[in-house]
Amino acid sequence: MIRRLGSVWHARNLEFLRDRGTLLFTILLPIALVVGMGLVFGGPPRPLFKVGVLAAHIDKALNPFLGERYVEFVATPDQPVALHKLTHQTLDLVVDLRGNGRYWVNTDSPKGYIVEKLLLASIPGAQRQPVTGVAVRYIDWLFPGILGMNLMFSCLFGVGYVVVRYRKSGFLKRLHATPLSAFEFLGAQVLSRLTIIATVTTILYAGIGTIIGFHCAGNLALLALLGILGALSMIALGLTVAARFSSEELVGGVLNLLTWPMMLLSGVWFSLEDSPRWVQWVAQVFPLTHVLDGARAVMLDGAGISQVAPDLLYLAATTLAFLAFGAWSFRWRID
Amino acid sequence: MDKPILEVRDLVKQYPATTAVAGVSFSVPQGMCFGLLGPNGAGKTTTIEIMEGILPATSGEVRYRGEVQGPRFREEAGILFQKTALQDFLTVRQSIALFRGLYSSGLKIDEVLKLCALEALAGRDSRKLSGGQQQRLLLAIALVNDPAVLFLDEPTTGLDPQARRNFWDLVQSIKARHKTIILTTHYMEEAELLCDEVAIMDRGRIVAQGPPQRLLREHFAEVLLELPRQDFPDAARALPLKLLEASDRVEITTQDLEGTLRTLLAAHVPLTNLRIRPANLEDLFLALTGKELRP
Repeated sequence: MIRRLGSVWHARNLEFLRDRGTLLFTILLPIALVVGMGLVFGGPPRPLFKVGVLAAHIDKALNPFLGERYVEFVATPDQPVALHKLTHQTLDLVVDLRGNGRYWVNTDSPKGYIVEKLLLASIPGAQRQPVTGVAVRYIDWLFPGILGMNLMFSCLFGVGYVVVRYRKSGFLKRLHATPLSAFEFLGAQVLSRLTIIATVTTILYAGIGTIIGFHCAGNLALLALLGILGALSMIALGLTVAARFSSEELVGGVLNLLTWPMMLLSGVWFSLEDSPRWVQWVAQVFPLTHVLDGARAVMLDGAGISQVAPDLLYLAATTLAFLAFGAWSFRWRID
Repeated sequence: MDKPILEVRDLVKQYPATTAVAGVSFSVPQGMCFGLLGPNGAGKTTTIEIMEGILPATSGEVRYRGEVQGPRFREEAGILFQKTALQDFLTVRQSIALFRGLYSSGLKIDEVLKLCALEALAGRDSRKLSGGQQQRLLLAIALVNDPAVLFLDEPTTGLDPQARRNFWDLVQSIKARHKTIILTTHYMEEAELLCDEVAIMDRGRIVAQGPPQRLLREHFAEVLLELPRQDFPDAARALPLKLLEASDRVEITTQDLEGTLRTLLAAHVPLTNLRIRPANLEDLFLALTGKELRP
């Protein structure tokens, strides 16, 4: 039995090692993940809490509270902006230390609760101000991220693997012998995946939304448009990756190399406001970032079409670019 | 036979390490079944795939109804590849319907099912068909557009004798509908039965072309006598006979059957297991290519 097991083990290893593209991506992916995580999350320990101070700059001499350890104080002179961040829980507390001191806290934020205690220990007389507008819970903020992540995986892997499997099995070659054009084939794949993902996302939105008691602040049609364009962009990206490869393992490696950075850098789980500027800039390249930025603006802030127009345009442009490149580089058969 | 429906002119397919097709020309009149024969690596599949428009030629051209293959060719050609996988989870009927939807005109699905004796299997998952049933389904898919020209690339390789003969019956019924058929095969019996004309290829070139019976007449004026090897004594090897020794038998070719029989009897060669037959396409194939068949 050991000999038979050894023979198959050896043959499989040879197959893997000789598929150079797969080997390269299998090695590259963990390296890229380690480097990426290190760059995004590395450096000195991060503070536990983030407090917005209504001032042009932070003057620690102004109040002992500003000397608290493990609290990051951010100068936010614009009060509406600071309160908006508070409702989105990108700030845990907003303080105005001029005069007797007053503060705003998001009552749905556990971190806000703790940092409020710290503030009151330093400034017992500080006046609590009501937060105007609906406070956003973390689950509300996370909800678009979950939908977006599901959309990304379904679009990229659902299309990428299928096309490569069709090519490898010779099914694409058979289709090539018919009047079907590459554009028609790719178009059908896009529409099929879009139908599936639109149905699944609608069910997820309705189901999870009901469970967590979520209400969309903006227009649902605009949200659907964002979702459709985002799905189209990522399906087209999946088709571009699958345009000529014939190894599922290689395509799996390339798709992982795309999806992991997108999941980490597009703001699925947490806001990247504190990340280095270059990380935020890189994040803007990913379609998922624009899906999530737009969706959060519509779902949480009730943004209109003019406010999310840049995201819509970016998604439409990347869809066209990926589709054009995918159709140009598409191969029906293994070269 | 009518004017050529397909013309192949000076076809060359060059790969970095080899020349798969080295200048092949022939034409196929409408309604003919044309066979491309040859050992493995002779260039048959490369030639037929260039004719199908699947592979680009390095040089030379293929003309369909006098024109370079274009959209009309795609609409009017039916193709059965050597190996084809179909989309998973589809029934026989759904698989045929998928391909029917890709053509602007063609046969009704029930008609195709009947033509290929698939009515009883219409609702079965296409992955659960036997080898012969699978080939009938692939033939049905090749026929959905009611093609004027049908390409069959080694359609019966791997089938058992019964399934093979069943498939031949189907092809003959298609021939009866005045379809042009281009067939590649390893099976000489298949070519002899189905083809009106054959081209034997070796090393990327055509080494003989014509109707099978005419080729046999041209290359063989003799009959073949086969004897089991153990019945042929060593001493008989010195006889003035044209001998060809295979692993299990000795073949004697002669134009003078009576004289050869007398010579063998005089040498006391036992003739109980003697088999006399005319030369067939396989003999011609081996004589021209000098290779054993490698099905």
